[in-house]
Amino acid sequence: MSESLKKQNLELSKLNEDYESKYGFHDPVDYFHKGAKGINHEVVEMISKMKKEPKWMAEIRHEALEVFYKKEMPKWGNDHILNEIDFDDIYYFMKPIDAQKDNWDDVPEYIKKTFDKLGIPEAEKKFLGGVSAQYESEVVYHSMQEDLVKKGIIFLDMDSALREYPEIVREHFGSVIPMTDNKFAALNTAVWSGGSFIYVPKGVDVGIPLQAYFRINAENMGQFERTLIIADEGAKLHYIEGCTAPVYSTNSLHTAVVELKAMDDAYIRYTTIQNWSRNIYNLVTKRASAYKNSTIEWVDGNLGSRLTMKYPCVQLLGECAKGEILSVAFAGVDQHQDAGAKMIHAAPNTSSRITSKSISKDNGRATYRGMVKIHKNATGAKVSVECDALLIGEDARSDTYPTMEIDNDQVRVEHEARVSKVAEEQLFYLTSRGLTEDEARLLIVNGFMEPFTKELPLEYAVELNRLIELDMEGSIG
Amino acid sequence: MSDKKPILEFKDIHVEVEGKEVVKGVSMTINPGEIHAIMGKNGSGKSSLSNALMGHPSYTITKGEAYLKGESILDMEADERSRAGLFLAFQYPLAIPGVTVANFMRAALKSHRGADADMSDFRKLFKAAMTDLSVDQSFATRYINDGFSGGEKKRIEVLQMSMLNPAMALLDETDSGVDIDAIKIVSEGINRYQSENNGVLMVTHYQRLLNYVKPDKVHVMMDGKFVLTGGPELALKLEESGYEWLNEEKTGV
Ligand SMILES: Nc1ncnc2c1ncn2[C@@H]1O[C@H](COP(=O)(O)OP(=O)(O)OP(=O)(O)O)[C@@H](O)[C@H]1O
Ligand SMILES: [Mg+2]
Repeated sequence: MSESLKKQNLELSKLNEDYESKYGFHDPVDYFHKGAKGINHEVVEMISKMKKEPKWMAEIRHEALEVFYKKEMPKWGNDHILNEIDFDDIYYFMKPIDAQKDNWDDVPEYIKKTFDKLGIPEAEKKFLGGVSAQYESEVVYHSMQEDLVKKGIIFLDMDSALREYPEIVREHFGSVIPMTDNKFAALNTAVWSGGSFIYVPKGVDVGIPLQAYFRINAENMGQFERTLIIADEGAKLHYIEGCTAPVYSTNSLHTAVVELKAMDDAYIRYTTIQNWSRNIYNLVTKRASAYKNSTIEWVDGNLGSRLTMKYPCVQLLGECAKGEILSVAFAGVDQHQDAGAKMIHAAPNTSSRITSKSISKDNGRATYRGMVKIHKNATGAKVSVECDALLIGEDARSDTYPTMEIDNDQVRVEHEARVSKVAEEQLFYLTSRGLTEDEARLLIVNGFMEPFTKELPLEYAVELNRLIELDMEGSIG
Repeated sequence: MSDKKPILEFKDIHVEVEGKEVVKGVSMTINPGEIHAIMGKNGSGKSSLSNALMGHPSYTITKGEAYLKGESILDMEADERSRAGLFLAFQYPLAIPGVTVANFMRAALKSHRGADADMSDFRKLFKAAMTDLSVDQSFATRYINDGFSGGEKKRIEVLQMSMLNPAMALLDETDSGVDIDAIKIVSEGINRYQSENNGVLMVTHYQRLLNYVKPDKVHVMMDGKFVLTGGPELALKLEESGYEWLNEEKTGV
């Protein structure tokens, strides 16, 4: 038994081994603008000036920088890895080209090639309503279908949104995640650049997904995109983001802030497939406010990165609002995925479901950190939490830290947590039908991920399965 | 002629599980077209023998020989034994969450046909097999054995057998937990599969299955050994009298 287990570990240690050849390339770029390393008020001022921002935004940035200085590093998650981060050794702003393009042909060749390799224009043609592609600090390409524009849907990069719709941005910016929320939210607020802005008017259903793609190309780069999505009353939308970066010996930082607002009866699904290289610190704050009868769904897939700390949150603020968080995390060699979910029930008859799946292999570590808070007024709230961890190998580690604060006794709360290994019995069942052990293991891992992949648009599900399959094969090719 | 070779032959098989010997030297020869049955008390070692023959890593064959169509299988992994033509219908089929019956079946068939095989006939074959075994078409997209009733699981096992069409089928209590009507369906499935070119070894506790699927030989297993081998009439006698008389006979010898 231990022999076959050993073999299993060996093969699975190859998972994502082709990252370097597939996504790990980097382009030699003459940046239009590349500031100095390090963070201070001059850098903040420079960013704001380059963007020709209104004064109020510059003020917010400077204020946030002070908050960043004052806030301590989180003491939870993985402070050992967090303290590796050298904030003075990071570029906070890089502008690859002078102006954003809306025609694919106008995008510089090297960037086009990058996104071609990642399949972006392909996906746009096939099934997306709009695409935004961010390269380092700024969105370099952006387009949206004509009929969506006609419906009054606004889908822009955040910089353009600030120029074109300053009053909407000002109203909502930081209203879900204040700069004081945590050190990294403060940092993002100080140096944010790029990200998506979406506004869907009352009663409009976008119908097809909108997507943004985030690519870090330079070494020691910090990417700080800022996303704000507002679905007005009865509006519906699905937004997808994907992320990759090259493989460097030194680490880069990805610190995004994502704010969602679903007004009464609205629906937002936010899907993330991040496959960062293993030298990215991925420290993202994501939070949504859900008003009366609205639904927020976070579908969050975390492959790659050195350390991810990410806990999508839904604040259920209106009666009968629903929140759902479905996340998977894959932690391989030297990786720590500290992911989870937060549900805040602050209105009656709100309901939520958290499903967390993690796979840890080799010395990888996956942590589920969850918080469910039910306020006194949330009578009739319903909560279900399910955490499933799959361990591959003797050194793999999984921890679960569920916190529940319940201040109302007329609520229903279900919690389930399971840790399992790829069972020898399951392998035997599958191999006894002719599948090789590798094929059987892949099928089991894919099966474990299935509740997640089935929620993805088909193209992404196929890609995710293919990614895992390639990685499981490892040595081939 | 090579057809004359036994489909399955094993000699003096000893099986150990968790450091304990549970099968203590059993032999059998199954010729093409033959149906054999093993009966015996709970815990006598029937499943251990089946699992060991299929290559379960926890059931170690410590002594003995086993040949499938004349070829030794003991050095083969379970998947190689399967592709060589051995099949085991499990007594307790295992759930594999997230893996649909159809996807699994396709992968299994593909492994038998080879990586580059044409699979364009799969849907048709699969649908036909489901119809034959009165398996609801919706089962195709459900997860293997996940939430299936006992009887449904057994039918899915027979369905897999009929799709893979093995040279040698080991059926471990494929009739237990199956209702009276379903036993007929399962038996018909076995009979449809059974031919002059393959072999069947059924483990069962009940005469009822043997009414539908007529065995050529019945072996009685006690405490890891075959204590008696006979024709179909032996099964009838066991149904009437139980296993006690065998004990007496044994001690009587
Ligand atoms: N995985 C295992 N671990 C420990 N003991 C086992 C294991 N499998 C079988 N055994 C033991 O081996 C003996 C034979 O079990 P086996 O399952 O082969 O019996 P069986 O004849 O199939 O019984 P039944 O008619 O109840 O299915 C029993 O004592 C059983 O407890
Ligand atoms: Mg048994």
